[in-house]
Amino acid sequence: MSRLYPLLNEAIRSGEPAALATLIEGGPVGSKLLVRSGADPEGDLGHPGLNRVVARAARAELEQGLTGIRHYGPEGQARQDEVAVFIEAFAPPPRMLIFGAVDFTAALVRVAKVLGYHVSVCDARRVFATRNRFPSADEVLNEWPDELLARVGPTLGPRDAVCVLTHDHKFDVPAVTGALATRVGYLGCMGSRRTHAKRVELLRSEGVTEADLGRVMAPIGLDIGSRTPEETAVAICAEIIALRTGRKAPSLRDGDGPIHD
Amino acid sequence: MREILDDLDRWREAGKRIALARVVEVEGSGPRDPGAAMAVNEDGEVVGSVSGGCVEGAVVEVAQEVLRGEKGPHRVSFGYSDDDAFAVGLTCGGTIHLYVELFDW
Repeated sequence: MSRLYPLLNEAIRSGEPAALATLIEGGPVGSKLLVRSGADPEGDLGHPGLNRVVARAARAELEQGLTGIRHYGPEGQARQDEVAVFIEAFAPPPRMLIFGAVDFTAALVRVAKVLGYHVSVCDARRVFATRNRFPSADEVLNEWPDELLARVGPTLGPRDAVCVLTHDHKFDVPAVTGALATRVGYLGCMGSRRTHAKRVELLRSEGVTEADLGRVMAPIGLDIGSRTPEETAVAICAEIIALRTGRKAPSLRDGDGPIHD
Repeated sequence: MREILDDLDRWREAGKRIALARVVEVEGSGPRDPGAAMAVNEDGEVVGSVSGGCVEGAVVEVAQEVLRGEKGPHRVSFGYSDDDAFAVGLTCGGTIHLYVELFDW
């Protein structure tokens, strides 16, 4: 047993981006190179030139988490294909920030965990945001939405999601404006169409543009007739998937009439 | 591979010999993306999956050949296009390419 797997294992478990390259054809089959951000590559694919170009390619994939085969010459030459290297990227899990520690939150935390998210629950109200109510969340924070978003916002990207479940404009508005200032891929807001119309008015008066309002999925979730917190959590997560993959699925936002039958 | 880390750790700690199969490429419609992994240990225990259950049985056989030392690390493909009418394939019509090796690294 050698030392590569323990290093890879530690990186994956600590959420540190890592990529494992395995030579699968055209050279010493099975030889490996482990690439982590902020550390020198470990292992050897059989030629220093090949190690160099594969390390560079792997680093480029670290954040995206893309996994696939790349071809090179025996010494790492581009535009040759004798050597096939399988590069598997282990990106840190996508993040979901949930604002509002309500009943729906607990169900959404559970479904998001099944889908592999790192989940943070945030509510400035200390009585609601307790560890006991959300045992499966990765963290429960007592903070104002704008404070948390100012802190973690710059790290959010297209794979991440922000779900605003508070139903209280006092918290919703800073959560939405804070999230719109990030590159987050999904921003959903809970509440009826009437609640959302009022929210849109407040957001406009805060200077939020029409283009930015177009990023807000509200009422949150797909229009699948969800009733329970668990069904609603599925509708929200399904909407996140559909938005990411660009598939057509009926969002509540794009319909009219009541959310529940 | 992320989803089988706990099992891999447990088996390694117990000193088991393990074969690891990973999806490296998918052509056409395939149920799992590259990186999906399954592992087989010397006692015949299996964890993980590389398809929707269509080819796992065949992968176990390949893994056992690797465990017995009859084969080294190698690529193996399963697909609709297989000439052998009895070959195992994906019912969704795609082809998956796997890389199978001894998990000794």
